[in-house]
Amino acid sequence: MPKVVITGNYSLAYGAKLCRAEVVAAYPITPQTTVVEKIAEFVANDEMDTQYVKVESEHTAMAACISASLTGARTFTATSAHGLTLMHEVLIWASGSRTPIIMGNINRAMAPPWSVWADHLDSVAQRDTGWMQIYAETNQEVLDSIIQAYKLCENNDVLLPCMIMEDAFFLSHTSEAVDLPEQSEVDAFLPPFDPPEKLDVDDPKGFCSLVMPDWYMEFRYLMHEAWNRARKIIYDVVEDFEKKFGRNHGALLDIYRCDDADAVLMAAGTAAATCREVVDDLRSKGKKVGLARIRFFRPFPTDELRSLAKEVDSIGVLDRSFTFGHGGAFYSEVAGALYNSPTKPALKNYIAGLGGRDITPVTLERLFEDVLNLPENGTEQEIEWVDLKDTPPKEVS
Amino acid sequence: MGKITIPEEEYMHPGHIACLGCGGALAMRYMLKALGKRTMVSIPACCWAIMHGKHPNFALGVPLVNTAFEVTGASISGIRAALDAKGIKDVNVVGFAGDGGTADIGIQALSGAVERNTNIFYVMYDNEAYMNTGIQRSGATPPGAWTTTTPVGTTQDWKKAPKKNMVEIMVAHKIPYTATINIAFPEDFVKKLQKGKDIDGPKFYHAFAPCPTGWRHPPEITVSIAKMATDSNVFPLFEVEEGKYTITRKPKKRIPVKEYLGLQGRFRHLPEEMVERIQREVDREWELLLRKEEYTADF
Repeated sequence: MPKVVITGNYSLAYGAKLCRAEVVAAYPITPQTTVVEKIAEFVANDEMDTQYVKVESEHTAMAACISASLTGARTFTATSAHGLTLMHEVLIWASGSRTPIIMGNINRAMAPPWSVWADHLDSVAQRDTGWMQIYAETNQEVLDSIIQAYKLCENNDVLLPCMIMEDAFFLSHTSEAVDLPEQSEVDAFLPPFDPPEKLDVDDPKGFCSLVMPDWYMEFRYLMHEAWNRARKIIYDVVEDFEKKFGRNHGALLDIYRCDDADAVLMAAGTAAATCREVVDDLRSKGKKVGLARIRFFRPFPTDELRSLAKEVDSIGVLDRSFTFGHGGAFYSEVAGALYNSPTKPALKNYIAGLGGRDITPVTLERLFEDVLNLPENGTEQEIEWVDLKDTPPKEVS
Repeated sequence: MGKITIPEEEYMHPGHIACLGCGGALAMRYMLKALGKRTMVSIPACCWAIMHGKHPNFALGVPLVNTAFEVTGASISGIRAALDAKGIKDVNVVGFAGDGGTADIGIQALSGAVERNTNIFYVMYDNEAYMNTGIQRSGATPPGAWTTTTPVGTTQDWKKAPKKNMVEIMVAHKIPYTATINIAFPEDFVKKLQKGKDIDGPKFYHAFAPCPTGWRHPPEITVSIAKMATDSNVFPLFEVEEGKYTITRKPKKRIPVKEYLGLQGRFRHLPEEMVERIQREVDREWELLLRKEEYTADF
C-alpha cells in the first residue's frame, strides 16, 4: 500500500478514481478546483475510465449525476459553498430518486461578505435534503470515507446519497501523508454498482412520477426506513473496512478519551484534530476531558450521544457555523437528542472559527476549562461567540 | 392510398391524461413512433410530467425519468454519459420539455448540453405559455397574446415582448441539426426525427403544439389551427443542417395571419392595427427565412 503526500482535494480525486466512478459531472469553484483538475488529468492520461461531463453549473452537475445514476452508473461530483447551495433543489431530487451519488464538499463560508475559507454553513444548510453527511478530520479520512460511502450507499437496503466534507484549505490545500490502497483491494471491497431498478429500454418504467396525497407519505416513510437500516450498516461497513484496510475513523460519533471524562467537547472537521491534541495535553495535566467528534451529522448519532451523556457531567458543542435566530446547528441537534435522555449533562454552545478563523489550542484549552466548570458556574450564557474582537466592524461600510 | 410513412407501432398508450385536443400529446406520440423502442426520455415540470399518469400508472412504452423544471439538458447529459460508460450506443436519449422549461428556466442546462456536443435529441413542445400551471406567459408566448399574467385588462396589457427564437439560439450554438416540426404535419415530423438518428451530436426540435385550454379554441380544431400556423407563415417548417437552411414546406396559398389569430380566444382583444403589425412581422420573418435558405444554399 503506497504512502503518498497529497492534499484533501487530491484525496477526493483519488477516491473517485479508486472507486471507479463511471460518470463524473462537476463544475469548478474555489477551493474545490484542484479536485476537478486532478480528475481531468487522470482522464486525459488514460488513468481513469470515466465519462467526465464538464458542466456549466453545479446545479447541472448534480442533475446530470442523478440521471446518470438512474441509468445505472456510479457517479461522483465535488463542490463547495455557493456551488452546494445552488444544488439545494436537486440535492432533494437525488435522495428522493434514491440515487447513491457520492459528493465531496469543501466546507467554505457563504457570502456576503465574500470569503473562501472554512465554515460549515454550506453543508449544515443542506441538513434536510436527505443526504448523509460525513465531516472528515484528515486527508486519509477523506479518501477512506469515499470508499466507505459507496459501499454503504449502494447497499440495496440503503440507496441514498452521501456528501463528504473537508474544511477549506485546512484539508483541501494542505498535504498530508495518505495510505493509498491498491486498486485490487478497493475492487475486492467495492463490487460494481448494480441497482435493483434503472432506466432500461427492455423494461420501461417511469421514475419519479407524480403521486397523490394518498401515497406521498409512504414514499417518504420508505426513505425513513432506509435511513434506519443505514445506521446499522454504517457500523458493518466501518468494521469491514477496518478488517480490509486496517483503519477506523469511527462510525457516527468518533469518541476519543471520554472514559471517566468529566467534560467533553464536541466538534466536527479539522477543529476536532486540534481538540485531540488539547485533550492529550490536558489529560497529561490530570484534567478529565475528552472529545466526541461528530463524524456523521446525518444520520445523527442520537444513541451514541445518549450513551455518552450517561458518563459525563458537561458537554460543550463547537459549531463552525451559526443558524441565525437560534444557535449553532450541531448544538441544537445535540440538545434536542438529549432532551429525552435519562441523563442530561450541562450543555453549552461555542461559535468559533467562522470564515476560516483559526481555532487555536489556546482557545480550545480555555473552552475545555469552561466546560469543566459548567456544572458549577451554570449555563446562563448558553451560546458564546468565541474570540470576537472588542470592536466589531461597522455594520454598513 | 399512398404509402404509409409513419410507423404503426404505438409507444403512447391509452391511460394518458392529456386534455381533449392536446397538441403536446400528438407531439409525444409522433416522437416515439419516429424513434421507437430503444429510446429513453427525460421530462421536466410541464404538462407531460403528469400526462403519462400518476403513480402507479404509466402510459408510455419507453423508460422515462421525471426531473426538476430547469434540468432537462443536464438530465439527458447524465443519461448519455451513463450509457457511454456502459458502452451502449444504440439508445436515443430525448429531452422532452415545454416552451417555458426550454426557453426560460431550462435554457442554461440546454445551452450547456448542446455546447458540449452531447449526442441527444431535444424536443421543445411549444404551446406558447406555462400551460400546466394555468396559462402564464413564457418567453415563447407570442406578442399580442392574452395569458393569465398578461391579462389585457383595461390597459391593453397583453404580451408585448417578442417570442424568443429558440431555433436561432440553437443555430448560434453551431449544433449539427435544428428543425421546426408541427403536429399537423406528422410525416414531416417523423421524418425529421428519424433523420436525427444518423446525426451524432445534439438535435434540437421546435415542435408546434397548440393548447385548446390556453389558446381558447375548441379542441376539435387543434390540428387545423396548427396547420394554419404553418400555412400562414407564423410557424414555417424548415431545418438547419450544419448552418444550411432548408424550408420543408412552402405554402402554395398563404393564409392571412388574421384568420389564424381569429380562431383563438387569446387574441380576440387585439385591435386591427396590432393584427396588421403581426402580419408585417410574419412577412418580414418569412422573407428573412427565404433569404437564409438562398444564402446558405451552397453550404
